[in-house]
Amino acid sequence: MRYMMLIYTQENAAERITPEEMENVKATHWSVMQEATQKGIFHGAEPLKSTTTATTVRVQEGKVFSTDGPFAETKEQLAGYYILDCKDLDEAIEWAGKIPSSCGGASGCVEIRPLAGLPPR
Amino acid sequence: MLDARTAVESVFREESGRIIATLIRISGSFDRAEEALQEAFASALAHWPAKGIPQNPGAWITAAAHRKLIDQSRRERTKREKQDSLLHATAAAIPRDNFDLEEMSMPFPDDRLRLIFTCCHPALNREGQVALTLRTLGGLSTAEIAKAFLLPEPTMAQRLVRAKRKIQEAHIPYAVPPPHRLAERLTSVQAVVYLIFNEGYSAATGDRLVRRDLCLEAIRLGRVLCELVPEEPENIALLALMLLHDSRRDARVSNGQLVTLEEQDRSLWDESEISEGLGLVEQALHLGRAGPYQLQAAIAALHAQSKSARDTDWPQIAALYGKLLEFNSSSVIALNRAVAIAMSAGLEAGLQAIDALGPSGELEKYYLFHAARADILFRMDRLEEAAMAYRTASGLAGNRIEQDFLARRLASVEAAMRERQAHGS
Repeated sequence: MRYMMLIYTQENAAERITPEEMENVKATHWSVMQEATQKGIFHGAEPLKSTTTATTVRVQEGKVFSTDGPFAETKEQLAGYYILDCKDLDEAIEWAGKIPSSCGGASGCVEIRPLAGLPPR
Repeated sequence: MLDARTAVESVFREESGRIIATLIRISGSFDRAEEALQEAFASALAHWPAKGIPQNPGAWITAAAHRKLIDQSRRERTKREKQDSLLHATAAAIPRDNFDLEEMSMPFPDDRLRLIFTCCHPALNREGQVALTLRTLGGLSTAEIAKAFLLPEPTMAQRLVRAKRKIQEAHIPYAVPPPHRLAERLTSVQAVVYLIFNEGYSAATGDRLVRRDLCLEAIRLGRVLCELVPEEPENIALLALMLLHDSRRDARVSNGQLVTLEEQDRSLWDESEISEGLGLVEQALHLGRAGPYQLQAAIAALHAQSKSARDTDWPQIAALYGKLLEFNSSSVIALNRAVAIAMSAGLEAGLQAIDALGPSGELEKYYLFHAARADILFRMDRLEEAAMAYRTASGLAGNRIEQDFLARRLASVEAAMRERQAHGS
């Protein structure tokens, strides 16, 4: 089953990240991606630009309304994702535990959501 | 001679947890397993009175339920073939078509172990874990669980549905966790069992018999856990802790009134539970890996061995609470420690320890904090302050039994105040 792992971090703390820590976080991501690829379960991963670049679009009565910012103000912000094909939730939890989510001294978290697959046409 | 209905009921009580655990493994579905088990017990009720009780009733039920599973999967396959569009959604696990009674009658302790770890999986919320554990491993009906938790049946049914759906949709495995995760996963199982016990033990309102059943069920689950994961001191200590608490059940409520540990008639304590509990505490401590349940059980053991509150080894209890705080920095544990200090090092020291906890704010809304403070003030003869603290406690207490208890204490303080006034004038 494919699981999407949504990485949430505290953006304001992420600004304080030191170059050493940044190198460390990057290296960990590369090693997780490499390990997942070797196991043949890697289905993609990518970081997102910060929520300051986010635009939220709503359609009301046929008109498109765009507003600045993410759809919800939260303590932690979506910062990236992985899609991994795991045997079950326990395996997904093991992988999620390897993905770095804390930075700049602030903790983060990884939300695991099973992908539902496309319904038939 | 047993009549058939009694036999069916006894097999259900004793073996339904074990049987359903196996059925879930075979069918890969909680719902299918439950349905098959129900049908199997229904056929037992239909067949046993005429044909007699089989030699191995548990194996008979398992075999019958297994046949039901096969029927179910055939029915579903036919339905699926008819409704092609549903194919993507029902990735049903098809049970093996051949099985023999010999194999079915063999014990599968691993299946119950899988079941308990799945029911108490940390990806389920606590309410769901508790409901599912009682429903499957405990064999309680949804109505019985709802009654025990003082909830409407549809609410409990909803909890079960939600938990089972999460297991299915998020693919929570039906498996024993790997060794490096065992310890943390066991913590979750122990917490569920202890929560079930406390729900039955707490003085909350409700049918006392139902609540007693809940305590017994938790103790039974505690035994299962010790059997499934032996040599685990925290499992043994959890069972000991529940037995030692349960031993006081007849003494702690009298005419619907709560009786404090100090005032309890200790001759009412259940000696067989105490002796089993004490033996288990010793066994757990002997394994040499300390843990929070062992510390709590050791405290309960000290109380169980004391002839009266006065005879109790309070310095040792205070020390054990201190150790417990190292595992779990809960303010309720700190409060218990403060009370033990008052009973050992003196009232003044105890009051200081309690007052030191006040500013944390956490305990401000906890009635027992104010009640404990009031009790110490009363013993120190600081009656006005004691009365005030009892009134605060009373404003926070949850149920009638607690309210009545506090009202009686307050009445004693007020009586002492009147007496002092009479002497003073």
